[in-house]
Amino acid sequence: MAAASRRAFLAGGASLLGGAGIALGADPMRTLANEHGSDHTPGSDTAHGGGVNGPTFRKGSTVDHRANGFHPGEILRDFDYGTTSTMPDGRVLREWDIFAGDREIEVTPGVRFPAWTFNARIPGPTLRCREGERLRVRFVNGSAHPHTMHFHGIHPADMDGVPGVGPGVIEPGANVTYEFDAEPFGLHLYHCHVGPLAEHIARGMYGTFIVDPPQDRPSADEMVMVMHGYNTTFDAEGNQLYAVNGIPFHYMHEPVRVRRGELVRIYLVNILEYDPINSFHIHGNFFDYYPTGTRLEPTEFTDTVIQAQGQRGICELRFPYLGQYMFHAHKTEFAELGWMGFFEVTE
Amino acid sequence: MDSRVAARLPVWVLAVAAVTIVAAVLIILAIVGGRTLPERTGPPVEQLTVERTVLTPGIIELAVRNTGPDPVQVAQVFVNDAYVDLTGGDAPIGRLASATLRLSYPWQDGQPYLVSILTSTGAVIEHEIPAAVLTPQADGGFFALMALLGTYVGIVPVILGMALLPLLRRTSVRVVRVLLALTVGLLAFLALDAALEGFELADRSGGAFGGTALVVLGAGLAFLLLTAVDRYLRGRARSGVDGSAGPSGPRLALMIAIGIGLHNLGEGLAIGSAYAVGELALGAALVVGFALHNTSEGLAIVAPLTQRRPSLLALGGLGLVAGAPAILGAVIGAAVDNAALSALLLGVGVGAITQVIVQIAPNLRDEAGKLRNPATLGGIAAGVLIMYLTGLFVII
Repeated sequence: MAAASRRAFLAGGASLLGGAGIALGADPMRTLANEHGSDHTPGSDTAHGGGVNGPTFRKGSTVDHRANGFHPGEILRDFDYGTTSTMPDGRVLREWDIFAGDREIEVTPGVRFPAWTFNARIPGPTLRCREGERLRVRFVNGSAHPHTMHFHGIHPADMDGVPGVGPGVIEPGANVTYEFDAEPFGLHLYHCHVGPLAEHIARGMYGTFIVDPPQDRPSADEMVMVMHGYNTTFDAEGNQLYAVNGIPFHYMHEPVRVRRGELVRIYLVNILEYDPINSFHIHGNFFDYYPTGTRLEPTEFTDTVIQAQGQRGICELRFPYLGQYMFHAHKTEFAELGWMGFFEVTE
Repeated sequence: MDSRVAARLPVWVLAVAAVTIVAAVLIILAIVGGRTLPERTGPPVEQLTVERTVLTPGIIELAVRNTGPDPVQVAQVFVNDAYVDLTGGDAPIGRLASATLRLSYPWQDGQPYLVSILTSTGAVIEHEIPAAVLTPQADGGFFALMALLGTYVGIVPVILGMALLPLLRRTSVRVVRVLLALTVGLLAFLALDAALEGFELADRSGGAFGGTALVVLGAGLAFLLLTAVDRYLRGRARSGVDGSAGPSGPRLALMIAIGIGLHNLGEGLAIGSAYAVGELALGAALVVGFALHNTSEGLAIVAPLTQRRPSLLALGGLGLVAGAPAILGAVIGAAVDNAALSALLLGVGVGAITQVIVQIAPNLRDEAGKLRNPATLGGIAAGVLIMYLTGLFVII
């Protein structure tokens, strides 16, 4: 007896990515769903997620941040200004020590990922400076693999951190000092540029590089959000996990706390590999968007932006109301695979 | 040990000594031998087979078995690219061990789903649900439906075929021989069909319990068992009134009925599991298709009885032996739906039919004792063709 043709037909359909998505639970939905769907939901956690309440990892499962050595809640507002001194000509010299390493990271409860990292965290440290400063980055390769640090910005060719130019590839155990001027001001990034490039990035070798304008931007509650993913199967075809700042769904359980009415500035970076675009959407609010942060005037007032690989921009907003507001990729497939979180607005 | 000493010792002492030595060496090998070899250089081989999928409102339940060499730790699960809450599978699943994963997911009727199991190493094991359908509950109504289905596709057609007996009685010995040849053709087709389906199912079972070897194992065991049963029946017949050496009419009819019954068990399995996943088109096409297909099975059973006058009761009994297993098969197929078990049972059907063919073969010889005469060969070919053509009307 042959299998029915329907089976074969549907099998083709099922293999396509991004099947039927379910609605993301806004607050009223959650309340409704809790009334109707609780008996269908294994586990009794009242937090977001599970069944019609939206995507979640296994309820109650958590990542061991201590063992990982970093915490997305800390990465959010952790700006690494390095150490500064004054050069003979009066300019500021800013210096950092960065090391590459190999680390197994629990990227999701129960899933270990053999990562390559800058300073033992994903994303790497958020390096912050001011336009016109002289920057000196001492890079030590403690990994078993060759790496470089390639900065976005304006600099001479030999400081570009790519194979075959200047110091080229930095072999395991070797080190190099990259030195260049901080320009232009804006929101940039750095990453390893050794081949295969996609894998070196996807393994975790990236970080944010902020060059502040000569005059400070208005005072704000500042945070960095690096959008990225984990291709845990290493098949180079999309990712199994999507996240901001290291751990998928993290800000669902530990919301980003902000104050009502206070200016919030988000340095938003997309370094996702294997998927051509990523996006950022915020609930119940709109933001001013400054692409690449290289101009002080916003180009758009919106609640959703799309960023391709390597694109970034600054979002500025104030929350007029109290409560929890979701933020996530409006590429909802990514949202349901880990890239979603909450803001919690308090007085 | 000196051979003379060995000769003097009782057999049981030798047996105990031999087993002790073998056990001791195995234990030493297990403890020491493993350490003398290096570890595998590659990553762990993680393999899970979904043996059964149960869909209830808002829940997808998967019974998974580790069919690979290494333990598998289920970390998270996503369905159609959305992570879901789940219970079960908290501990690593050892080789051949199983676990039940309960996924909280608002699935929709008739939609396809791809369940992706993310293991602790980041590997993804995928399971496809071609079309989500509420899994039938094993209640009274369910068993009644399976019994009805089994009756329609198993018992009714077989008894229909047996109703041709009065017609067959009027025919000559030569025609009966052709009919038996036809029966061989029918059975050969059934055996091949069941074997192919068994292999297909075995592939799906993940191979932990032998995969395609299960079909061969089932066939071999069934063949041996039925041969032994036949010898026993023959031995009894010889001590009684019937002194002939070849398979006699009623006995051959019974053996054919048993063979076909075991085959119909497999057919029932296919129907039951198709019903469980909502693929079975219930209705006239199913009933008529099977009626056409299985009526010839009834014909096969009564072919050896043309020279006899069996009681209606005996005929009814034969019909039940051949047809009723379809009911059992349907119940097992719908309630258990285990690919490995189904493959084994299909193999049993193959073995049983093969044994019946071997039984019938001597009766195909003509007066000159030749097997290969045109009428016989034509009968076999006709049997194969009938099954092939009527099989086209069977849709599962």
